[in-house]
Amino acid sequence: MDLFEYQARDIFEKHGVPVLAAAIATTADEAERAATDIGGKVVVKAQVKVGGRGKAGGVKLAENPQDAREKAGAILGMDIKGHTVRTVMIAAAAPIEAEYYLSILLDRSNRTFLVMASVSGGMDIEEVARTTPEKLAKIPVSAVDGISLAKAKEIVAAAAFPADVADQVVQVLLKLWDVFQGEDATLVEVNPLVKTNDGKIIALDGKVTLDENADFRQPDHQGLVDQDAENPLEAAAKEKGLNYVKLDGQVGIIGNGAGLVMSTLDVVAYAGEKHGGVLPANFLDIGGGASAQIMADGLSIILGDADVKSVFVNVFGGITACDAVASGIVQALELLGPKATKPIVVRLDGNNVVEGRAILAKAAHPLVEQADTMDGAANRAAELAAK
Amino acid sequence: MSIFINDASKVIVQGMTGSEGTKHTRRMLASGTKIVGGVTPGKGGQVVDIDGHQLPVFNTVAEAMSATGANVSVVFVPPKFAKAAIIDAIDATMPLVVVITEGIPVHDSASFYAYSQTKGTTQIIGPNCPGLISPGKSNVGIIPADITGAGPIGLVSKSGTLTYQMMYELRDIGFSTAVGIGGDPVIGTTHIDCLRAFQDDPDTTAIVMIGEIGGDAEERAAAFIAEYVTKPVVGYVAGFTAPEGKTMGHAGAIVSGSSGTAQGKKDALEAAGVKVGQTPSETARLLRAILGR
Repeated sequence: MDLFEYQARDIFEKHGVPVLAAAIATTADEAERAATDIGGKVVVKAQVKVGGRGKAGGVKLAENPQDAREKAGAILGMDIKGHTVRTVMIAAAAPIEAEYYLSILLDRSNRTFLVMASVSGGMDIEEVARTTPEKLAKIPVSAVDGISLAKAKEIVAAAAFPADVADQVVQVLLKLWDVFQGEDATLVEVNPLVKTNDGKIIALDGKVTLDENADFRQPDHQGLVDQDAENPLEAAAKEKGLNYVKLDGQVGIIGNGAGLVMSTLDVVAYAGEKHGGVLPANFLDIGGGASAQIMADGLSIILGDADVKSVFVNVFGGITACDAVASGIVQALELLGPKATKPIVVRLDGNNVVEGRAILAKAAHPLVEQADTMDGAANRAAELAAK
Repeated sequence: MSIFINDASKVIVQGMTGSEGTKHTRRMLASGTKIVGGVTPGKGGQVVDIDGHQLPVFNTVAEAMSATGANVSVVFVPPKFAKAAIIDAIDATMPLVVVITEGIPVHDSASFYAYSQTKGTTQIIGPNCPGLISPGKSNVGIIPADITGAGPIGLVSKSGTLTYQMMYELRDIGFSTAVGIGGDPVIGTTHIDCLRAFQDDPDTTAIVMIGEIGGDAEERAAAFIAEYVTKPVVGYVAGFTAPEGKTMGHAGAIVSGSSGTAQGKKDALEAAGVKVGQTPSETARLLRAILGR
């Protein structure tokens, strides 16, 4: 889960990373009050989970509370790369002398953690990495040892931070490691990390990505979910414990296992090329134990999607038995009754497939038809969606 | 032959007394795997009857190994306790640890993987994987044993159900070993590790490699194939239609920016001479063409 800047700032503050005074506002009134409380010049910053907001006009300096009100009024509701600005952060303005870069992240390729540090911060760090790679120090960090004082000093030296800020940056790095480890983050990035004209080091803008697998030991993280941005179907699916992602197409997909479902989306998209370009409408993985209830929950989410014109149920019975899946479909359709209105193509293979296909054949539900192969089923589902 | 496991593998089950552990111990026994005991801290000294097999339970992996001679551990321990269980196995110098558990925090996976590298005596497969099977010899994990039998194909895949699908497509030919390496961001055994083992396994004559979006494991595997693998390899990559920034079920299956796309992986594999199928069925046909079957 990616956090908003203000959420990252709050987490930084909690772990002792130096940040500026700030507050969030969702109306121009609130922005004015926040600016009054902070005092002096402030920066009004759009809170969106996408880069390039400065260029899009989402970050403005305000001279006084009245100005902050006007700037916030202009920024709130703005569309930045498809993201609507619902919240702004009002932060104290800092006189900046230098801009640096620091991040700690999971390095998948090398199966370890990595610190990146540069004294050329403030701009797009990928650009720095591409054009002047010598200005970006990359230091692997062992997941067992973490960042010790000695390691932090090594990193700061490698990135050639100036002597007058080196000690402060070392302390920031140690606290960022606290954030990274303590919050189960996969990315903690500060860009820019600034030196103010009175020589202080401050994290001016931050990005944090959290690992949802760690939610069981991070009870506070639930409160960071951006409910406004959640698709209502995705929210409903989450409530039922289903692994669902809404997409833009017309063929509803239910399958078991993440890989097989991803593959099903692709196969439907290929088949759709022959049927007016229809595409998959969603990703839905019902997992290993496909009970009647799970199937009913899944089908009702998909049939509740107005974009869906046909449904493709693609199950390979490994541990799951096909007869259980077939019974699940039959019972799900009974549960749904008249709410089930769209044609459903079912492809079953694997464990107890003969029994499974027989159950569906016997039920002979008018909306359900069976297909022998995955490719054949995808073609039929795409054809039905194109009608 | 086969890779990683064979009919001499002696397997213990960490978390055997839990519901998933018991269920899959039963299935592994039914498919002929030599299960020699289980580990559940605090339950050492008990003996569990699973379908007539009297299986001793130990408090630690070290005790289990010295009492039974086990050389493989399979882990069904819940996410909260998985790291401690795997560290226990590494400390006992268990040669192969297969982690089935789904939903382990990546900080824990990175930590036990790094620890295993420091010690240098344990190979980890997974986490969040279906395990591996050398049909007719040993089955460690949750892969159904009845899809197909022994044969000349080696299979490596991030995904469980795609592994089953591919085994089913090629069930008349059979497999030396099929390995599900898992779809998490940090995994213990990679495509490359399996490709190397299949290349060196005299009973494997062709290899199927299944990848999916996220990370750069497939690109690295492609470079390795070009350099090292002389046996024919066919590939499949899932996730062409996955949008950027959305995690598709597996914690590692996410496209960020231009990296980790299915097209990039397919291009890299094809550049290394790997024939890549557009669907699982087409991939199976490509392999058949190579084997002339």
